[in-house]
Amino acid sequence: MSNVAFSETGPARKNWVERLGIGHILLALFLLIYPLIASDFFLTTIGGYSMVLGMIALSLMLLAGYGGMVSLAQMTIAGIAAYVIAIFGENNSNVHGFGWPWWIAAPLGIFLAAVFSALFGWIAVRTEGIYTIMITLAIATAAFYFAQQNYTLFNGFPGYSGLRAPEAFGVYWREPVPFYYLCLSCAVIAYAAVLYGSRSTFGLTLQAIRDNPRRMRAIGYDVTAHKVFAWFLAGIIAGTAGVLLAWFNGRISPGTISVGPAINILIIAIIGGLRHPIGPFVGAVVVVLMQTFAIDIVGAERFNTLIGLFFLVIVFISPDGILGLWDRFKPAPDRDSWHSRPDGTGV
Amino acid sequence: MSFPDSTDRDPFAASSGMTRRQGWGVVALLAAAVLLWLFFAPWPAWLNAVLLSKKAFLSAVLNGLTLAGLYFLVASGFTLVFGLMRNVNLAHGSLYLLGAYIGYEVANWTGYWLLGVAAGFVVLAVVGLVMQVLVFRRLEGDDLRQTLVTIGISIVAADLMLAVWTGTTYQILVPDWLDGAVKTPFVTAYRSNGAAVFLTYPFYRLVVLAVAIVIGIGLWLMLNKTRIGMMIRAGVDDREMLSASGANVHVIFAIVFALGAGLAGLAGVVGGSALSVAPGEDVRYLLASLVVVIVGGMGSITGAAIGALIIGLAEQIGLVYFPTYGVVLTFIIMVVVLAIRPQGIMGRSQ
Repeated sequence: MSNVAFSETGPARKNWVERLGIGHILLALFLLIYPLIASDFFLTTIGGYSMVLGMIALSLMLLAGYGGMVSLAQMTIAGIAAYVIAIFGENNSNVHGFGWPWWIAAPLGIFLAAVFSALFGWIAVRTEGIYTIMITLAIATAAFYFAQQNYTLFNGFPGYSGLRAPEAFGVYWREPVPFYYLCLSCAVIAYAAVLYGSRSTFGLTLQAIRDNPRRMRAIGYDVTAHKVFAWFLAGIIAGTAGVLLAWFNGRISPGTISVGPAINILIIAIIGGLRHPIGPFVGAVVVVLMQTFAIDIVGAERFNTLIGLFFLVIVFISPDGILGLWDRFKPAPDRDSWHSRPDGTGV
Repeated sequence: MSFPDSTDRDPFAASSGMTRRQGWGVVALLAAAVLLWLFFAPWPAWLNAVLLSKKAFLSAVLNGLTLAGLYFLVASGFTLVFGLMRNVNLAHGSLYLLGAYIGYEVANWTGYWLLGVAAGFVVLAVVGLVMQVLVFRRLEGDDLRQTLVTIGISIVAADLMLAVWTGTTYQILVPDWLDGAVKTPFVTAYRSNGAAVFLTYPFYRLVVLAVAIVIGIGLWLMLNKTRIGMMIRAGVDDREMLSASGANVHVIFAIVFALGAGLAGLAGVVGGSALSVAPGEDVRYLLASLVVVIVGGMGSITGAAIGALIIGLAEQIGLVYFPTYGVVLTFIIMVVVLAIRPQGIMGRSQ
């Protein structure tokens, strides 16, 4: 906490390089010129997909890292947005598909995802700590079975296919380069928003509630409202990622929101690290790369064993994920620019 | 409805407790009378119209009861482990499925179904013991990491089980003396010649229910009447104090974990004989255990029984009366319980 106070009230005028941090600038430069050096496969299936998964994991990091609420329902929330654009937008499954334009369907999907997220949050925050994982897992599993069994609303097992990304401003946004930049801009906005929000009054209040809900209640804060609002914000991020995911896959089915993918999001966030918003993206890149190239090592069949073991190793040796490893071994001098966050943001 | 620990939890309610208890007694009697009437009396036409048919309703209730028995077997281990160690074992579904596979192999190999059941219990108890000693003892006091580890274990276990037993659906064969259908004393209809038609029901499912009840009573006796049970209850209430008063907490943890895992394995064999064994069942029973203990209250065997009863009945009745929305019914029950009593029906507030 003192760290933040220092960075805000300390030397008043910093130049923009210091404010952003050299790490951020180098990363941004690399990500901007990435399409020049990457093939279409690396651009979309690795780059774009990592950003999408990273955003969903970021919504989990926001809840877990700042709010102390580890949720397994983030994929479900993303799935709600995807289902909404499938139902209200266009699909070729001949069920629903009202053909609303993307600029209505996508915001509606994101909004509904956020509303459901707040609802899940309201259910989950009635209990504390480890219960949240259980309740959100129950919600995610129930949602999966419901989507699979119900044909009138979710079109059951096959789900919806033929979802098309919009063609706007003369660009078809599912083309590799536009899709990459679309994902990149969404991810950067979400990342910056979480980073900025974590130092806002709301963010600091949320972290204080995480550290001691009782004391915060005693000094007059509405603990439940703050937590539910955090869920709403996380829902916006996850919902945006859900829309991108639907455009990326071109389809949405119960398989996308089943328990495996839901747990995958948690794995991504934990592997990356929950202490800083960059963690989920690091985790997403690692997991997507493993997913893509592990097939050559262990075969497509045993991929889950590999990722599961890797996850176990990370949990055992470094509770803060790859970021924790980085903290331990990185050169000391550039500590502060990368560390512009409150300490002890772990769960 | 009066539960054994509802009085010792709130000593001040004892003086005014009689009238309240009497009130509940009347409600329970009325409910029992209505149930008896529903089960035994021939139904008037309007009731048949509302509830499809007496046969459908009775089958749904009986299926719900037997499913509740199965859920109780799975969830009781889960709730015991949680209550004592504050350890959410999300690999519990995997233990169920592994027990089912092992039971299948042993029953097939030896030809004795009972040996399969015993193997399911023993092998899984050993697995649970190993998990406790090698994994959870190292992460003691760190709830979140323990939970994350169980998630990792469940992923690896599901994948390895898929590798060994492939995606095929197995059916554990029930021995002849448990097979077949029995006539129940419930009359579902009358033929035109006046002869009563009795409902028949698979005998094995009734056996599942009986096994669950016997094990439930056994667990209750163990927890409430034995020395080890006393230690477990003390550990649920205050782990540090128990440890300070000289009990070897680690031995108790190991026993409880082995018992919980063994029960999951046993449920796997018993359930795999009633239904089927296939990948994906682990998630199904994990969800069932989660909802059962959320509804019933963490760490309480009685709570697990009540939760299992509610969820099992809701699931089967939902299946008959609102197909495809049955899961929503389960979900609504969970939400309502959380809204009214966040710690679960029999749970204690932390």
